[in-house]
Amino acid sequence: MSTTATTPSAGAVKVQKPTVASHVNDYWGRVRGGDLGALPAILGLVVLCLIFGAARQDTFLSTLNFANLFSQGAQVILIAMGLVFVLLLGEIDLSAGFASGVCGAVMAILLTNHGWDWYTAVPAALITGLVIGFVLGFLVAKVGIPSFVVTLAAFLAFQGILLVLLSGGINVSVRDPFVLKLANSNMSVLWSWVLAIGSVVAYAALQLNRIRSRAARGLTTDPVGIVALRIGGLALVLLVATALLTQERSINPVIISVKGVPIVVPIIAFFLVLWTFVLSRTTYGRHVYAVGGNAEAARRAGIPVDRIRISVFVIGSFMAAIGGILAVSRANSVDPNTGGSNVLLYAVGAAVIGGTSLFGGKGKVVNAVIGGAVVAVIDNGMVLMGYSSGVKYIFTGLILLIAASVDALSRRRAAATGT
Amino acid sequence: MAASPLLELRGIDKSFGPVQVLHDVGLSVYPGEVTALVGDNGAGKSTLVKCVSGIYTIDAGTVTFDGKQVAIHTPRDASTLGIEVVYQDLALCDNLDIVQNMFLGREKVKGIVLDEPTMEQMAGDTLAGLSVRTVKSLRQLVASLSGGQRQTVAIAKAVLWNSRVVILDEPTAALGVAQTAQVLELVRRLADNGLGVVLISHNMNDVFAVSDRIAALYLGRMAAQVKTADVTHSQVVELITAGRSGNLGLPPETPNDFVDITPAGDER
Repeated sequence: MSTTATTPSAGAVKVQKPTVASHVNDYWGRVRGGDLGALPAILGLVVLCLIFGAARQDTFLSTLNFANLFSQGAQVILIAMGLVFVLLLGEIDLSAGFASGVCGAVMAILLTNHGWDWYTAVPAALITGLVIGFVLGFLVAKVGIPSFVVTLAAFLAFQGILLVLLSGGINVSVRDPFVLKLANSNMSVLWSWVLAIGSVVAYAALQLNRIRSRAARGLTTDPVGIVALRIGGLALVLLVATALLTQERSINPVIISVKGVPIVVPIIAFFLVLWTFVLSRTTYGRHVYAVGGNAEAARRAGIPVDRIRISVFVIGSFMAAIGGILAVSRANSVDPNTGGSNVLLYAVGAAVIGGTSLFGGKGKVVNAVIGGAVVAVIDNGMVLMGYSSGVKYIFTGLILLIAASVDALSRRRAAATGT
Repeated sequence: MAASPLLELRGIDKSFGPVQVLHDVGLSVYPGEVTALVGDNGAGKSTLVKCVSGIYTIDAGTVTFDGKQVAIHTPRDASTLGIEVVYQDLALCDNLDIVQNMFLGREKVKGIVLDEPTMEQMAGDTLAGLSVRTVKSLRQLVASLSGGQRQTVAIAKAVLWNSRVVILDEPTAALGVAQTAQVLELVRRLADNGLGVVLISHNMNDVFAVSDRIAALYLGRMAAQVKTADVTHSQVVELITAGRSGNLGLPPETPNDFVDITPAGDER
């Protein structure tokens, strides 16, 4: 398996046949060259879990808390997914937090004050998100205002809109059962397992199908060992998580039974798969990376750079709307601070901590999920440890700074080593 | 040469506001030949290339491609005809791999999904056709390639589309000796494959090494278009610096010409 023999492949060009060893070598080479990807975030997640787990064995490591992490992190993770698109172009959306608040408020007001049904109110909130994104994107791409300024202005304006919508700060509560279920209920144990096993099977089928179709054309394929490792890794994580989440975790099981995977998990998984597909398997996604990497090259290749730029803000605000709906669902209400305070910074932090570059061109949607998990664990663990909000913010700020430094330093290192 | 020109420009004028950058420029590009386009800074080389590639529109003059008069208004028009430009600054995306760069903006799709195997195969075939022997992987990021390899990818990108005319803007400007030789060999091979090649260069050694014809621009006018075998090194240098050499080139300047063209110092 460790030969480096060349093999005729990809037409007539000779390329090195990849082996497990060459894969490991390449990966190590990329890490040394500064392309760390999600590695620091995953290591950080493990370390944080060990620290909090050791300090608060009974609370942090309980299945109840494990399930809580998902609903606590959902809003931030979903907003961060949208921000990944914006960051891929080297832009920033500082208004995503309050945009999610505005969209959530639109939904809540239509549901509660106007008696709309969820199937009209939720789309109304999503459309609000799309419109917000289009306006922001238009101002950045066509008018040419730096995104930092546009979204900073929008940050303030949306905060105001939220106050106006809520008539100066009245708390609007939501009683619609569908909306409340989104962030507060769990799937049945049976469906939890169906989802987990189905995901593993689908992933394995995709991977094997890819190998088969490439091998049929005589192209190089990933070594079987690496593919088995990927499938096995996913299976391990999903099955262990599902096993934990399908345990009874109610404090008093006699009164009410709480078990099953939280509904936010399939929602996050759906968008993770959707946006990963869009970014890595479609022309649009390829063009997003191209514009982020070298906008002039993209323009010369005939890519409509302005339209791509507008579209990422639309996706960003759309995902903010989804996040806002989940935030309203979790809180059962909307108030002037929904999507405010630390939501935006946590979301930007999640994307960057997960390994998305602030300089554009580098990042994946899964970075938002991993980074979001880090942020959720810090938030959750520090509360359980009894630290005040002040200490929590300082710590999260430091983690974000570290992540941004890793990003900046790896960029310099990449420039220096030429890899 | 019995062959008729593949691309022929006649009487091209181009102004930017009050500044006329190109005056009545003519240029013929023959299939299977390398035509070197030379000229001092500000002579209008880049402007001429941008007119041909559709980035600028011409004010007057005709463009004939393959015997038919054509109008080129956008880069798309140029690539539809089969005219590709390899720019000096390469226009590659560092964060994409070789295959992704070669197909940028013209990706092959199956339904809505990118058809990666087909693209990888076509990219491999094209590189093989250019005698690029080994690359570590076609999925290597362009950021990790050397200058010569990057230039090769940029050239391969241009010939991938069955293009007929390839214009290279200073392909060797940033390269070392060995890599320059490699790229010049590649340029020669393009012509040997039957393409019309335009090589823009400041380097006389490069020009004499690979070109069949030399076209010299002087202050926005075509001073002369000659066969490389018929001229000497110093004659070409004179054409570039003075616009004429012996009985070659432009007639002696009149004061009126001077007033007319002096502002053309800005190479756009």
